[in-house]
Amino acid sequence: MKTKVLMAILAVVIAGLIAVPWIASYFYVFIFTEILILGLFAASFNLIFGYTGMLSFGHAAFFGIGSYATALVLIHLEWPFLACLLVSMGASALLALVIGFMSVRLNEVYFAMLTLAFGMMVFAIAYQWRSVTNGSDGLAGFTLGSFGLGLDLTLANPSVYYHVVLAIVAIASVVLYVICRSSFGMILKAIRQNPERVSFAGLNVRTYRLVAFVIAGTFAGLAGGLIAPFLRVASPELLHWSMSAEPILMAILGGTGFFLGPFIGSAAFVLLETWITTYTESWMLVLGIILAMMVIFFRKGLLGTAIDWWMEVKK
Amino acid sequence: MSGIGAALLNSLDIGLLLFIIAVGLNIVFGVLNIINFAHGALYMLGAYLAFTLINIAGMPFWAALLLAPVGVAILAVVIDRVLLRFIYSRDVADSLLLTFAILLIINESVRMIWGSGIHVVQPPDLLSGSVRLLGSSVATYSLFVIVIGLLLLAGLWYLFNRTRVGRIMRAAALDRDMAEALCINTRLVVTGVFAFGAWLAAVGGVMAAPMRALDPGMGDKIIIESFIVVVIGGLGSFPGALFGAIILGLIHGFGGRYLPEVNLLLPFVGMALVLLFKPNGIMGKGANA
Repeated sequence: MKTKVLMAILAVVIAGLIAVPWIASYFYVFIFTEILILGLFAASFNLIFGYTGMLSFGHAAFFGIGSYATALVLIHLEWPFLACLLVSMGASALLALVIGFMSVRLNEVYFAMLTLAFGMMVFAIAYQWRSVTNGSDGLAGFTLGSFGLGLDLTLANPSVYYHVVLAIVAIASVVLYVICRSSFGMILKAIRQNPERVSFAGLNVRTYRLVAFVIAGTFAGLAGGLIAPFLRVASPELLHWSMSAEPILMAILGGTGFFLGPFIGSAAFVLLETWITTYTESWMLVLGIILAMMVIFFRKGLLGTAIDWWMEVKK
Repeated sequence: MSGIGAALLNSLDIGLLLFIIAVGLNIVFGVLNIINFAHGALYMLGAYLAFTLINIAGMPFWAALLLAPVGVAILAVVIDRVLLRFIYSRDVADSLLLTFAILLIINESVRMIWGSGIHVVQPPDLLSGSVRLLGSSVATYSLFVIVIGLLLLAGLWYLFNRTRVGRIMRAAALDRDMAEALCINTRLVVTGVFAFGAWLAAVGGVMAAPMRALDPGMGDKIIIESFIVVVIGGLGSFPGALFGAIILGLIHGFGGRYLPEVNLLLPFVGMALVLLFKPNGIMGKGANA
């Protein structure tokens, strides 16, 4: 019964998401494209934060590299979009392997600071390697051609691009969900709760952490590949640590203990930002206050708090 | 030769300034087990308060150097009592997140109060000239920063090794329950240490104000630098903070002069090299891993 209700809700949400370009203005088509991309970014982050218990402050490195990879391939090689995304994922996976190899052996405090510093290292390279990255201006002026697989979509149309993003994010989410629900995902959860015990059970905690880190980086790279054509630019800001903070905020806002939490957090984040900035410039101030309240009083996030409340009502 | 001398002095003044800031971060971590992400924001607040006291209220620089850090320390007491008290018994991750929220609030408040433009604080007349040293001319202000840095270094060493207050702080860091059992008011210690860390950050901010332009992003820049210092030196280690700060100072002093095209990258390369061989920092405790 409970799963039937959940399935029905999910089906309505998916139908609603598909229908967005026909029922909403272009403004909200853009907003929902952003929500989906940032939701995937946050969900990839949650694999290492919510599931494995590693607080990374450098996740934007993979997001940014993904955006640069797609932008560079589009400018210099003009490959189909699908190929660009694969390059983005590959580049991010490689970077995540290098950064993860040095970081995952450290405890949470050093891990947080190290990932922050490595993220800023990547930012510094993008900022100063002008001949490739065009410095602080970023890479712009690329156009999307075909999608690949023989599909010819005019990706310059926002509605078409929205549907492409929706399809890719949906597929990626299913893959991430399967990973989270697999025995591998269970081991990650066990590592979060008690790494010593997992280690005594004969499993190499460091390897599991590294694999989780690389998977998370790969999906962040995919999100980055999607954001570059959306923003029409790949700029160093996408690599900056303040960008790394966004998936953290989204995951906490939505609820880190749940697979859908980061997506709900991303929707709440982007919609709040859109609405609040029409009233006041100080969105960051509001965000800071919300985050402080969430951390102190609602550690389970919007989704967790809502589920607790629902359980209470049913009793 | 004079180039190297100038770079060396430059490294030393950057290094000691970084030491003042990073040691505050380190003391707060060592005693309270909190990574204070808002440390850079408190540093920025020190600089902006000094700007207001000097340029708006017309006070001399010296008065600002005394008053602005006290103002920031009072704010830190409020932050500690209103927000941080909820998370002292929780995960380190929660303290990172909550202090990050505080950083957002302070950054945006500074932007609202002082605007996002750049502000400038002039050094006092006594320190605005330059002197000849090691065959090159050196800004008097740099020497002043070096002297204050060394004085604070000596003062902190004395505080922690020779005074009762220092011993109480160290006792609270080692075993809070035992300290409590010995009739030490640990709540007071916690608040005091947090305020002291904020005071150090703000002193660094006032000291830095005449050397750097004030803008709302200055705190974000310094918090990354402080993290690098702490990671290189070792979390919670007092000599480590000095060591890490001097190393980063040297990287800045020489890197900025001889390798300007990669100077942003160099601190991170230095940090990565240290961590490859000493994962807990040069002076860090082995038990951290």
